[in-house]
Amino acid sequence: MTYDLVVVGGGPAGVAGALTAALAGLRVALVDSGLRLGGQYFRHTAAPRPAAGLDRFLRQARALDARADVLLRHQVWAVSREPDGDLLVHCATRDMAAPASSPGADGRSDDAGRSGGAGLLGGAGLLGGVGRSGGAGLLGGAGSSRGDGADGRSGERAVVLRARRLLIATGAHDRPLPFPGWDLPGVLTAGGAQALLKGGGVVAGRRIVVSGTGPFLLPVASGLAGAGARVLGVYEANGGLGLARHPVLALGKAGEAAMYAAALARHRVPYRTRQAVVAAHGEREVEAVTIARLDRDWNVTATHVVECDTVAVGYGFVPQIELGTQLGCQTRHDVDGSPVLSVDATLRTTVPGVWAAGEPVGVGGWRLAELEGRLAGRAIVSDARTRPAPGSRPDRTANVSAPPADDVSTASASRAGTGLAAGSRVEAAGDVRTGALPESGGVAAVVPPLFARRRERWRAFGEALQRAYPVKPGWQGWLHDDTLVCRCEEVPLARVREAQALGATDARSIKLLARPGMGWCQGRICGYAVSCLAGEPPQPPRRPIAQPTTLGALASLTAPDAQAPDAQAPDAKAPGGATAPDDDPAH
Amino acid sequence: MTFHITVDGRSVPVVPGQTIGAALHAAGVRSWRTTRFGGRPRGLFCGIGVCFDCLISVNGRPPERACLLEAEPGDEVTTA
Repeated sequence: MTYDLVVVGGGPAGVAGALTAALAGLRVALVDSGLRLGGQYFRHTAAPRPAAGLDRFLRQARALDARADVLLRHQVWAVSREPDGDLLVHCATRDMAAPASSPGADGRSDDAGRSGGAGLLGGAGLLGGVGRSGGAGLLGGAGSSRGDGADGRSGERAVVLRARRLLIATGAHDRPLPFPGWDLPGVLTAGGAQALLKGGGVVAGRRIVVSGTGPFLLPVASGLAGAGARVLGVYEANGGLGLARHPVLALGKAGEAAMYAAALARHRVPYRTRQAVVAAHGEREVEAVTIARLDRDWNVTATHVVECDTVAVGYGFVPQIELGTQLGCQTRHDVDGSPVLSVDATLRTTVPGVWAAGEPVGVGGWRLAELEGRLAGRAIVSDARTRPAPGSRPDRTANVSAPPADDVSTASASRAGTGLAAGSRVEAAGDVRTGALPESGGVAAVVPPLFARRRERWRAFGEALQRAYPVKPGWQGWLHDDTLVCRCEEVPLARVREAQALGATDARSIKLLARPGMGWCQGRICGYAVSCLAGEPPQPPRRPIAQPTTLGALASLTAPDAQAPDAQAPDAKAPGGATAPDDDPAH
Repeated sequence: MTFHITVDGRSVPVVPGQTIGAALHAAGVRSWRTTRFGGRPRGLFCGIGVCFDCLISVNGRPPERACLLEAEPGDEVTTA
């Protein structure tokens, strides 16, 4: 059995995309590494408190759970292409395999209308264990189905999903910059402090300094202050008037900004521009930070010390795109230099059968992510309807309905109005490889003009934010010779400079000589900084294995049929070289 | 409503649904391993499964990310 769609990522983009496809009758699985759906923005505790948009998201998540296979606590470590064009999504999980009573690999649906794990290779089913099925375990209830082996050791096992189509909705993570003492316990990324609060109900510390650049510092600081922490200050490295140059755009978020400003004022949290934490001090934990006044390029002009027990620091975001680059998807540099996946107006990447939505195609926030997820879902439904895969059982695709009309009229299905602004992130409307469009009325049938315009507006806003809050090179002057650049491999700045003196002129050569980026996190944390130190824009990730996974998990792969992948690094062949049989441009 | 896990023999309360990392952080335990080379203390940093700073051994298993691992009653955590 093959899923019509596998979605990676359970945030607003992934859930919207998966739900759109599932509502149209496609057989869908969604995979996420977290305990609950929500991704980062909609991260919530087991007993969530009200938050903007959260109710709606949870409704979507529950609707999805009733119509699709939702695999939480599953880490995707690779995606590969089969000779027949199908995609294999390789996961590792600690969840126990389903008990024998659950639906097996015969495709029989259980009473919730699920496919009951029929798409799994090397696993009985996926609904086993407490907290796996039903809304409670999905969105709230505690009690996982963690599998400890009989010997009490690792219960990690492999799960492989076979999919006709893939939606990459993997979000982004914080972009930290190194500074002396940034590896002390008590220094967290801004998103880390937010995740503790949103997901665990835990306030990161008592006396907290928030620093970095970008509007994300505001909700983090007001959230911490609202939860009872003493926030000693928000230190924004850029000037505060960044968005004032875009008055029209600023209107779009004026209400939100005013709300945070009011919250900070209420808790007497000072907001200081052109200042940042440039060093953290302490023995076993953070005890104080050095705050610096900065010039326009972030060179230090004056400093003072502030005692605190916690630092939350963030300099924007890094889109997570390695599943796309594994498959050979084309990338482009976003406004801030971040490599992101290139997509067309229907969120299709350059690789057949692969779509991407949300931050992996450019950081723009949760509303845009949800919209793009929905549009990608519509495009996927259209693709399934117009191009059923060869060999697919007719009854699988015959009952796929048209993309839901949602709340907009699709009457004006002309191609006018879908073209995006010149120089924008979308290369062309339609098929980026062949110019072909799904035959069901072209782009406008999939992306109604109203949606296209909304997406364009929100994208423009995201890009304006990136322009307004750049990372300036002066931060490199905050580092000392012994400052760790790479936390995992404990590589100090001096060793990076040595590598450069030996002739390493790019980040990759520096990595090979000095090891930054060779540790557990695979360069996700230090990659941006090392690129800056090398004087080049960050390059697309090359991670054939997207998550460290245990040999035990790989050994757990059983082969119910000859299609089971063997346990080796995927895709030794040229990525993207395989052409899916269901991708005939003649359609 | 809360249950307990043990951290190096010490009892730590957990709100159901919390990760091991969140429970430790809430209990004031902010580092639970030391680095290979410098012996530097490490705990939560990114909080979302990206940085691997928060690796921890639970119930004698190989290290896992504390920020992704849901705490369960009776979990025994050992810090290096």
